[in-house]
Amino acid sequence: MLLQFFDLVLQRRWLVVLISILLVVLTASGTRFLTFSNDYRMFFSEDNPQLQAFEALQNTYNKTDNVLFVLTPPDGDVFNRETLSTVEWLTEQAWRIPYSLRVDSISNFQYTSADGDDLLVRDLLEDADQFTDAQLAEARRIATNEPLLVNRLISPSGDVTGVNVTIQLPGKSLTEVPEVAAFVRNLAAEVMERTDIDVRLTGVVMMNNAFPEESKKDMSTLYPLMFVLILIIVGVMLRSFSATIVTALMIFLTILITVGLSGWAGIKITPPTTSVPVMVMTLAVADSVHILVNFFHYMTQGKSQYEAMFESLRINFTPILLTTMTTAIGFLSLNFSDAPPFRDLGNMAAVGVVIAFILSMTLLPAVVMLLPIKPRKTAAIGEVTMQRFAEFVVRRRNLLMWGMAGFILLLLAQLPRNELNDVFVKYFDESITFRADTDYAGERLTGIYLLEYSLPAPAEGSVTDPEFLQHVENFANWYREQPGVMHVNVITDVMKRLNKNLHADDPAWYRLPEDKELAAQYLLLYEFSLPFGLDLNNQIDIKKSATRMMVTMQSVSTEELLALERSVQDWLGQHVPEYMQTSGTGSTIMFANIGHRNIRSMLQGTTVALILISAILIIALRSLRIGVISIVPNLVPIGMAFGLWGIFVGEVGLALSVVSGMTLGIVVDDTVHFLSKYLRARREQGLSPEDAVRYAFSTVGTALWVTSLVLVCGFGILALSNFELNSGMGLLTAITIAFALVADFLFLPTLLMKYGVSKHD
Amino acid sequence: MIKRDLMAALWLVFLGSLLGMTQATAQTPEARGLEIAQEVNHRDTGFGDYQVDMEMLLRNQHGDESLRYMRSRVMEVSGDGDKSMIIFDRPRDVKGTALLTYTHKSEPDDQWLYLPALKRVKRIASRNKSGPFMGSEFAYEDLTSQEVEKYTYRFLQETELNGQPMFLIERYPVDENSGYKKQQVWINQVEYRAEKIDFYDRKESLLKTLVFQDYHQYLGQYWRSGEMVMQNHQTGKSTVLTWKNFQFRNGFTESDFKKNALKRAK
Repeated sequence: MLLQFFDLVLQRRWLVVLISILLVVLTASGTRFLTFSNDYRMFFSEDNPQLQAFEALQNTYNKTDNVLFVLTPPDGDVFNRETLSTVEWLTEQAWRIPYSLRVDSISNFQYTSADGDDLLVRDLLEDADQFTDAQLAEARRIATNEPLLVNRLISPSGDVTGVNVTIQLPGKSLTEVPEVAAFVRNLAAEVMERTDIDVRLTGVVMMNNAFPEESKKDMSTLYPLMFVLILIIVGVMLRSFSATIVTALMIFLTILITVGLSGWAGIKITPPTTSVPVMVMTLAVADSVHILVNFFHYMTQGKSQYEAMFESLRINFTPILLTTMTTAIGFLSLNFSDAPPFRDLGNMAAVGVVIAFILSMTLLPAVVMLLPIKPRKTAAIGEVTMQRFAEFVVRRRNLLMWGMAGFILLLLAQLPRNELNDVFVKYFDESITFRADTDYAGERLTGIYLLEYSLPAPAEGSVTDPEFLQHVENFANWYREQPGVMHVNVITDVMKRLNKNLHADDPAWYRLPEDKELAAQYLLLYEFSLPFGLDLNNQIDIKKSATRMMVTMQSVSTEELLALERSVQDWLGQHVPEYMQTSGTGSTIMFANIGHRNIRSMLQGTTVALILISAILIIALRSLRIGVISIVPNLVPIGMAFGLWGIFVGEVGLALSVVSGMTLGIVVDDTVHFLSKYLRARREQGLSPEDAVRYAFSTVGTALWVTSLVLVCGFGILALSNFELNSGMGLLTAITIAFALVADFLFLPTLLMKYGVSKHD
Repeated sequence: MIKRDLMAALWLVFLGSLLGMTQATAQTPEARGLEIAQEVNHRDTGFGDYQVDMEMLLRNQHGDESLRYMRSRVMEVSGDGDKSMIIFDRPRDVKGTALLTYTHKSEPDDQWLYLPALKRVKRIASRNKSGPFMGSEFAYEDLTSQEVEKYTYRFLQETELNGQPMFLIERYPVDENSGYKKQQVWINQVEYRAEKIDFYDRKESLLKTLVFQDYHQYLGQYWRSGEMVMQNHQTGKSTVLTWKNFQFRNGFTESDFKKNALKRAK
């Protein structure tokens, strides 16, 4: 039946082309539904507990998505008329930013002071261009001593200042983020045009905006590069212009259909999914090459174009089907991931390899039949080398086995060197403006990493309870002493200041009010004096039953952060009452946990994939023993790669957690090819294990190292991505594939010769 | 010569009448808006004084709810803005706190707050009082006496709301410290009372919508809404303000709205 199908494809070539074109048009039209995701929450599934906790907190108070303008005056001093009036101007203008809820800067900071018996509340800066030198000095004194401002909106030395804009995106349209980004960039450009002040932009919205922007840049560099690389490889291997063009066409159509189907499925483009076309190109090229190599081989033997292609399809169908299945299973294991973009990546790539399989069994032969292809001499590259290599492996098998085993164990022993690290700003590499500006802000002004705590008071309306406030203050003070903490924003600082102001600015009264009613009434008085947008609703919930404390962190590793959160829990457990127990939340905490969650879920995914793939191998190879042996070269490379990673990089995170499942399906291909040839020699030709190894090397050795080379190059190209997510994933996958080749060439044969013999074989 | 003079005279008459006609029919939108606002104000003039109980129900996007109780006394002042006093009953920690306001037509309002825990009256010394009222979605400027002079106006169109004919006017706060760029007000054409207000923030995005419900007429003339629902479109928070037990003509005097009256207000 299969043969009849091949015959049909080769005879009715125009029909095949027509159907293919129709299919391409139908599916590719789905590309119009493709949109770029620009929300960092894309990395979290809806049932992610950290995401849910954060959403609850944001719904209770308000959102903390923001844009931060970082202003650096050229003379290293913020407190001059020009800079201050610029801050004032920018603060005013910032209220016009789309979806802005609130603007905070040193200019609109609500400075309170005693005015006789009254509480005077005013903007810290007003008409700063008219300031006298004394007023400038006064502004500096106040700003650089205000706990709410220092390390948040002003650097301690007063050389860098910030304007922070809280943005609440309705989340209805994907144009919201770029709209905000364009607006704030214009504002920044305007400041830089009018003054010598350097303006940089960071914050969550800028990060969200960087995702699609950098994805597009990635696409415009990596895709063409990959395409050129494939043309070169195929050209060199097949040495046929028309064959190269056909392969290029095949790959192009595979990508088009894959991406089109993703559009129909409503998948959003995220940094991880931008790597799919590169992966699919890499994997698809192997299918075409296998078929075309055999096709040319038969042509040189004098067969007709029809016979050569028919024969090539016949012998390639099963192995390509098998490798397609295992590769797809590997990718599908990504559905176990907790991060939706990686599920999308897995599904898209799985669909891609299946499409590549279908097209190489239909369109590819049909188009080849339509082209005038002359038989060509394709020299068997490196056949002699392979034979020599086989001899070496057979002769030195013991040394190789133990040597390899030692090498493997050595690398495996380095696994614990890997530390989990998911610092989301580091998902972008340093060449990206957002990353550079964020790093700059972190060094000179304030961090982007926020830990948020909603501290519950004993009951509704008791947020001003003196005992509770005292606990809150103790907590904040303890927090300020922790390593990596830049700023703690807490209501008690406001309370203390108000208490002082209402006692004629007597510094002795800079302490928490001792009476619950008094504290509540201070707050009421203060609130009646506040301007639009600068209220306390972002710090006290409407029931007055909890207060939000926000901790700004320097860039710290995930391990440090999780350790900090553990000591927070210890401290809270020991020092505050039961009702006040709470845990930290926010994007920083979410990313800190995402690695662990994904590694746990991907461990299951990889196990399932391993079981399925091994079962397929056992059935396909019709040997339990060989199937079991095959697990070694399938699994070991991943462990080795992570071991090597531990030595040279030592940091793993979200993106690398999916590598094991993904590569499993790919590295297994080499094993399949090697083992099937080995078994054929043993069973059909009755060769000894040694001779069967020789046979396997001479028949598939070259093909294996060439395809491995293609795979290493393809995934290596991902290492050039601007996203550390993709570059790390690509690099580690490339390393794994290289190790897989090493294991298949140097370790698997020795195992076969030692343990591959049983009475049944 | 005579003929030319006659022609010139005719032209003058013609042009003059044209001008007169324009004035009579095509009133500017600004003038018409102001006229409507003045009529609203006019119809509410002469109530003298009233007192009322207020209940505020606050809701956030998380679904939490919280109640505030207060009482208000208002006295009409001819020639200037009204005087009012709001006494807070709940939350309990601010019980007895009282806010005294002298609204003015053109200058910023004067406000004092009595803090019972401190037993002192504090003047609210800020030019910028557009923050939320008691943590609700109402700003003080939404609740205070809506003097005509606090805005400039523009008539937009005649329209319908809930099947009733409305004037839709736009008004722009005069106070530069206002939280709003503009407001769109639906005014009942028959009763000249506001039925709905859309508030636009400084970037001219729709910020909040206030709907007036449960209108009752007092003293055969004065309409008061029994329930005002304020929805914040940007944060998803909302506040329902319920007014109960309106009592008019209580015979309040100036001395009931003196600063030292705050301490006695219970």
